[in-house]
Amino acid sequence: MTRRLWPRGLRARLLAAFALVTVLGAAAAAWSSAGSASTALVTSTEQRLAETVVGQIAPIAPQLTYPPDQGALDRLRAAIGADTLVTYQDLRSAAGAGPELITDALRTAVRVQNRLVTQRIIADGRPWLLVGTPIVITAADGARTPSGIEVYTARDLTDVDRQIDALARQAVITAALALPLAVLLAVLAAGSVLRPVRELRDTARRLADGELDARTSPRGADELAELTVTINEMAESVQTSMAAMQRMQADAKRFAADVSHELRTPLTTLTAVVEVLATTTDGMDADARESAQLAITETHRLVRLVEDLMEVSRFDAGTAQLRMEEVDVVGGVRNCLRARGWLDQVDLVAPDEVLLRADRRRLDVIVANLVGNALRHGEPPVRVRISASREQVRIEVTDSGPGLPEHALSHVFDRFYKADAARTRTPGSGLGLAIALENARLHGGDLSAGNADGGGARFVLRLPRDLEEL
Amino acid sequence: MASILLIEDDPLVRRGLQLALSRHGHDVRTADTGEDGLREFGSATPDLVVLDLMLPVVDGFEVCRRIRAAGDVPVIVLTARGDDFDVVSGLEAGADDYVVKPVQPTVLDARIRAVLRRSTSTPDGVRVHRDLRIDTSSLTVSMHGEPVTLTPTELRLLLTLSRAPGQVFSRQQLLEQVWEHDYLGDSRLVDNCVQRLRAKIEASPATPEYVQTVRGFGYRFGPV
Repeated sequence: MTRRLWPRGLRARLLAAFALVTVLGAAAAAWSSAGSASTALVTSTEQRLAETVVGQIAPIAPQLTYPPDQGALDRLRAAIGADTLVTYQDLRSAAGAGPELITDALRTAVRVQNRLVTQRIIADGRPWLLVGTPIVITAADGARTPSGIEVYTARDLTDVDRQIDALARQAVITAALALPLAVLLAVLAAGSVLRPVRELRDTARRLADGELDARTSPRGADELAELTVTINEMAESVQTSMAAMQRMQADAKRFAADVSHELRTPLTTLTAVVEVLATTTDGMDADARESAQLAITETHRLVRLVEDLMEVSRFDAGTAQLRMEEVDVVGGVRNCLRARGWLDQVDLVAPDEVLLRADRRRLDVIVANLVGNALRHGEPPVRVRISASREQVRIEVTDSGPGLPEHALSHVFDRFYKADAARTRTPGSGLGLAIALENARLHGGDLSAGNADGGGARFVLRLPRDLEEL
Repeated sequence: MASILLIEDDPLVRRGLQLALSRHGHDVRTADTGEDGLREFGSATPDLVVLDLMLPVVDGFEVCRRIRAAGDVPVIVLTARGDDFDVVSGLEAGADDYVVKPVQPTVLDARIRAVLRRSTSTPDGVRVHRDLRIDTSSLTVSMHGEPVTLTPTELRLLLTLSRAPGQVFSRQQLLEQVWEHDYLGDSRLVDNCVQRLRAKIEASPATPEYVQTVRGFGYRFGPV
């Protein structure tokens, strides 16, 4: 895990950038002003010192006798100051405090340039200004001749340095003072930038949560406002298409329900008359009898299909209701098998009684579908095993057939799914397992398909139970 | 063999059911609207009315209420939706039983016969419980000596419960014994009928003393 040098949040990044820019700016400004101030200080100090030296020499120079003797040099030195050295060719005035600092470079420069020269040096860790100047004799007619006398003086610059240090410190303090101010400004700026961003985020969240009428009102005319407008437009178009889709879906559901409902009327007539037909087949010839039989069988199948379609459309519309009552699951399953004449084909393994709050009719539908499927698509014997724990009731329906093929496992609960396209049509509606699954879910339970170890298909229904309620 | 009045607006359904019920030995008269049905009902009282709920103008619920107000002729309603609203409204209007279209005539015939059997007596004397007197041979009930008019279904329910005072009957047991439904009968038939019975024999239906609810199980006849 590497430490990130750059913060991740937009807010933190804005703050950091803002503070950095401000502090760098303040520091640069302070430094440059401190720099120019210190340059000016040094220059003016040098000038002042040089002028002082010249000013001290000026009144004495005319009194000098040429060539000067040791005495003259000493007098000159005394007049200018202790830290001065006066030379004339090989003569030197008595040594003062600073003259040992005078460099050969300075002497050479004074002789060669024949004017006042200054030099800054560091000695004993302190800064010094060295000033060297030749004394020029100005005759009455204005002609200037070098006298050969040179005056050297050394001035301690520590004070000036201190002043410069103070300036630098000032610069640092200025920059440091700018930092909290910068952070404060950055917080304000970040706030004003981030508030609309946050609003956008909240709106986006609400949109994601399905509140399709969530909008952000754009403020101002900056990029964020443009983004807001764009997002609002996007939400608008999403809402429009969603509404259209929902309308279509509702229409489709209503259509399925309406169609099924409309089918009931002719089916009522058909159901009534095929029964009359069934009682009169004895007098018919073989073809007519077979035709009547087919009509009867297909009518019953149509009735089943319409019933199942109605049930599915109720699930889709969310109008399927549970009518909960206390049910003995074992008795219910036994009744279900008995009513359909399956008792001798099904091996029921169950305790004496398992009480559960459930919808009796829906439970019957689930069991009838699972067992009917096992008998139609699997091989007998079919085993129904009921077991119960404190939290749930479990009903397993296993057949002795080849089991479900791999590709069918994830589709067996699909509507109108036929595991084997080549298989002859069966009397089922193709909706049985889908309805069974919906019924299980309506109870807060679930239904799963798989294969038993022995090879047969196994469906497992799990229904939650709350013993407190019983 | 019963005289049946079939009130159904769709001509093919009307004819189909008439044919099928006739095959089952009933004498079936038909009407195609509620008003027509009520007129037929007034001209000759049938043993039982089979009534479609979805009728134009005067709907089945209204027809059912008027038939109920006119006496104790049993009514079986035909509903095109097994939807709860229709069923509950039909029962509240006083229907004795209901079937969902498309109904198999065999099933409808079985329901008709079961309803009609409720008015046949199985005499075992007179039962008196406090102020309630039940005569099982004349099939009359009186309260404080005043006769109480019960429909065959209400009477059958009261007879069944009072046969074993104190015994708890589950809704399923009552459905099988009174309505002769299979194990998947609709328990709302029982609850609804109990409410109507209480309204007629209890001094205060909210705190009943004769037909008591046993929460989570069913009903029992008091007072114990």
